[in-house]
Amino acid sequence: MSGSLAIVDVRGVDVELGGRRILTDVNFSVHPGEFTGLIGSNGAGKTTLLRMMLGLVQPSRGQVLWPSGAHEQRRVGYVPQKVALDVDVPLRVRDFVALGDDGHRYGLRRRSQETWRRVHEVLDSVEAGDLSERRIGALSGGELQRVLMAHALVSWPELLLLDEPLANLDPGATEDIVALLARVRERERVAILLSAHDINALLGVMDRVIYIANAHVASGPTEEVVRHDVLSELYGHHVDVVRVHGRVLVVTGPTPEEPVADHPDLVVE
Amino acid sequence: MFSSFMANAWIVGTLVALLAGATGFFVVLRGSSFAAHAIPNGAFAGAAGAALVGVTPLVGLVGFAVVASLGIGASRRHRSDVATAIALVMMLALGAAFLSLSAAYEPQVEALLFGEILGVSTTSILPVVVIASLCALALAVMYRPLLFNAAAPDLATVRGLDPRRLEMGFMLTLALGAALTVPVVGALLTFSLTVGPPAAARLVTRRPLSALVASMFLSAATLWASIAASYQSNLPVGFFVGTLSAVVYVLARLSCAWRRRRA
Amino acid sequence: MHWLFEPGIWSNAAVRTGTGVGVVVAAVSALVGLFTVVRSQSFAGHALADVATAGGAGAGLFGFSPLGGFVIGSLLGAGAMEAIGVERVRQRDVATGIVLGGATGLSALFLYLITLNSSRTGSTQSILFGSLFSVSNSSFVLISALSLVVILALGALGRPLLLTSVSPDAARARGVAVRRVALAYTLLMAVTVGLSAIVIGSVLSTALLIGPPAAALRLGRRLGASLVMAVVLGALAVVAGVVASYDSYYWWPSHRALPVSFCVVTMVVVELIVTSALARRAGARDASGRA
Repeated sequence: MSGSLAIVDVRGVDVELGGRRILTDVNFSVHPGEFTGLIGSNGAGKTTLLRMMLGLVQPSRGQVLWPSGAHEQRRVGYVPQKVALDVDVPLRVRDFVALGDDGHRYGLRRRSQETWRRVHEVLDSVEAGDLSERRIGALSGGELQRVLMAHALVSWPELLLLDEPLANLDPGATEDIVALLARVRERERVAILLSAHDINALLGVMDRVIYIANAHVASGPTEEVVRHDVLSELYGHHVDVVRVHGRVLVVTGPTPEEPVADHPDLVVE
Repeated sequence: MFSSFMANAWIVGTLVALLAGATGFFVVLRGSSFAAHAIPNGAFAGAAGAALVGVTPLVGLVGFAVVASLGIGASRRHRSDVATAIALVMMLALGAAFLSLSAAYEPQVEALLFGEILGVSTTSILPVVVIASLCALALAVMYRPLLFNAAAPDLATVRGLDPRRLEMGFMLTLALGAALTVPVVGALLTFSLTVGPPAAARLVTRRPLSALVASMFLSAATLWASIAASYQSNLPVGFFVGTLSAVVYVLARLSCAWRRRRA
Repeated sequence: MHWLFEPGIWSNAAVRTGTGVGVVVAAVSALVGLFTVVRSQSFAGHALADVATAGGAGAGLFGFSPLGGFVIGSLLGAGAMEAIGVERVRQRDVATGIVLGGATGLSALFLYLITLNSSRTGSTQSILFGSLFSVSNSSFVLISALSLVVILALGALGRPLLLTSVSPDAARARGVAVRRVALAYTLLMAVTVGLSAIVIGSVLSTALLIGPPAAALRLGRRLGASLVMAVVLGALAVVAGVVASYDSYYWWPSHRALPVSFCVVTMVVVELIVTSALARRAGARDASGRA
C-alpha cells in the first residue's frame, strides 16, 4: 500500500496551543483505502491532531501535504465527537446530510435528483435509511453518530476522519460501529482514520496505528508499533505491553493528572 | 379600515412583515437576536443624525445600520455579545446626542422608536419594495450556508465555509432590512416581528423551507391582526405587534409540548 | 484647569446627588456585570433594562412608585425568561428576545396612555435615557440601601456562582445546583438593572453593566483584581461623563449641552479601547518573551 500516492502526508509537525506544546515532530501518512487507528489516552492531543489535519488548527512548525488534492477539493469527511445541535432546528435528517454536499455553496441552485439519490445511498450505507424523515434534534446519540457519518460521506471523500466514535459506547455497540465502519470502507472505498483511547476494539480491522503519547507519535503497522520498546521510548519511561487472549494491554506508570480546563475569561483562584 | 388611506399601511406593512419573518427565521436559527435588536437601534441613531445635518433620513438609516452591523460582525466569536451590547449603547447614546443637539421634538423620537405605520405615504412604497427584494435575494443566495453554519458551525468550517464572511453578509442584510423597517414600524417593534413569529414557526414543522414560509406567514398575520386591532381600539400598533408576537410563540410552544406528550 | 472644570460644577446640589447616585449604581453594576460578561448574558442584561422600563411606565400610569415598577417589571421579565427555557445558549437567546419583544409592546402601550392622559412630554426620552440630575436625596438613600442588599446577596452566592460561571460541568460535579444558582443570579441581575435603569436610563444601565467589567477582564483574569478594576472604571466613567456633559454646555455657541448618557457611554467606550490596546501590547510582549 505504501507504494501508492498518500492521501495525506504529515511532516515534522509541532502544534502549540496557548503557549503549551501539544504535539512534537509528528510524522505519518495515510494511503487510499487504509484503516488507521489514532490511539492515545484522553487529553493526549488526538482531537488537536485531527483538527490540525483539517486546517482548523495551525501547526507552529512542519506541514500537512495532500498529494492528491483531497483537502483543496473538500474530499475529506469529518465526524467530530460532539456536535452541539439545536433541538428545535427545523431540519430533517436528509436535509442535514444534503448540507454536507452543498451547504458551503452560495447561490440559488436547486438541489438535483442526483444529490437526493446520493443522500439516501449514504444513509443506507451507514444503515440509517429509516431515519431520513426524522427531525435532526430528536435523534439519540447513536442515531446522530450514524447521521454524522452519512453527512461526512455524502460528498465522496477519499478520507474519513472520526473523532472518538467509540467513546461512551458499551462493548456490544462498539463492536457494531467498528463492523459498520469496516463495511463502509468497502462500500464507499474510503480511507478511515479514527481516534480512540482503547486499541482493542480496532485490532481486527486496523491496517496501521498512530500511537500518541507524551506529545510524540509513533506510527506503522500495529505489530511494529505496539511493542514495549517503541512505546517505552514514546512515553519516556518503562511501559509494558501485555497480550492476553488476543487482547493488548498497555501498562504505563502513573500518569500525570489532567489539567483542569480553564475558562477563557477567568481563573478560579 | 380598508379605505385608501389605510391601503399604504396594509401594503407596506405586509412587505415589512414578510421580510422580518424571513430574516427572523435565520436570526432565531443562528441565535443572533441581540444583533437583530441592536442594528435597528443603530438605524434609529442614523435617522436622528440625518435630521441633525439635514440629509434624507434614508442615508442616515442605511449608513448607521451598516456601521452597527460591521461593528458587531467584526467582533471575534468569543464574547460577541459584549461587542453587540457596546455597539448598541453607543448607537443609542449617539442618537440621544443628535436629538438633543437638533432639538427634535418628542413625537419624532417616538415615531422612530415605535414607528408610524398608519402614516405611511405612497412615495415610500417603491423604496420599500426595492430594499425588500434586495434583502430577499441576499437571503436566498445565503440560504444553505446560513442553515449549515447554524446547524453545525464546525462542520461547515471544515467544508470550507468562512463563518466570518457569512456573518458579515448576514449582518449587512439585517442592516439593510432594518433601514427599511425602522421608519415604518420603528426600531423597537421591528425586533418583535423578527423573533416571535419565526421562533414559533420552527416549532410547528421540521422542514426548513416550510419553516421559512410559515415564519413569513405568521409574521404577516401578526402584523395584519395588529393593524386591525389598532384601528378598532385606537391603541398603538406597536402594543399589538409586541404582545401578539410573544403570544404566537407561547401558543406554538404549548401546542408543541402537547403534541410531544401525546406522541 | 479652568478649561477642564467649568467653575461651579460641584456646588450644584443636583449634580452632586446625581453623580453620587451614578457612582453607587456604577459600582453595583460593575460587580454584578462582571458575572454577566463571564456568563455571556449581556443580551439578558440589556433586555431586562428595557423590560424594567416597561414596568416603570406601567407604574407611572397606574400611579404606583416608579422604583417599584422598575424593579418588579425587571424581576417579572427575568422570571419569564427562565420559564421559557435557558438550558442552551440559543434557547436563552430566543427566550430573551421573546420577553424583550413583548415588553416593548407593553412599553408602547403605556407610553401612549401616559401621553394621552397628561400633556407632559419628555417621558419617553427620560425613561430611555434617564435623568440623572433629577434624583432626589431620599431616593438616593433608598437606592444606596438596595444596592447594598444586592452586593450582600452577590457575596452570599459567592463561590457557587463563580464556579457555575467558569465551568458549569465542574460545578455540577461538585453538587452545586446550577439551575438554581443561575436563577438566583438572573434575579439579582434583574434587581440591579431595574435600579440602574430608573436612575440612569436603560441605555446607560447596559453600558455600565457590560462596559467596565469587559474592560477590566481585558487587563487581568484574577477575580478580585477584576472586580476592583471594574468598579473603579465604572465610577470613573460616570464622573468623567458628568464633567464632560456639564462642560459641553460651553462648547457650542448654541449652548446645547451633550446628554450625560452620551458622555458616560463615550467614556466607557474609550475605556474599552484603551484597555484592549493595553491588553494587545501585553499579549505581544508575552509572545515575544516566550519566543
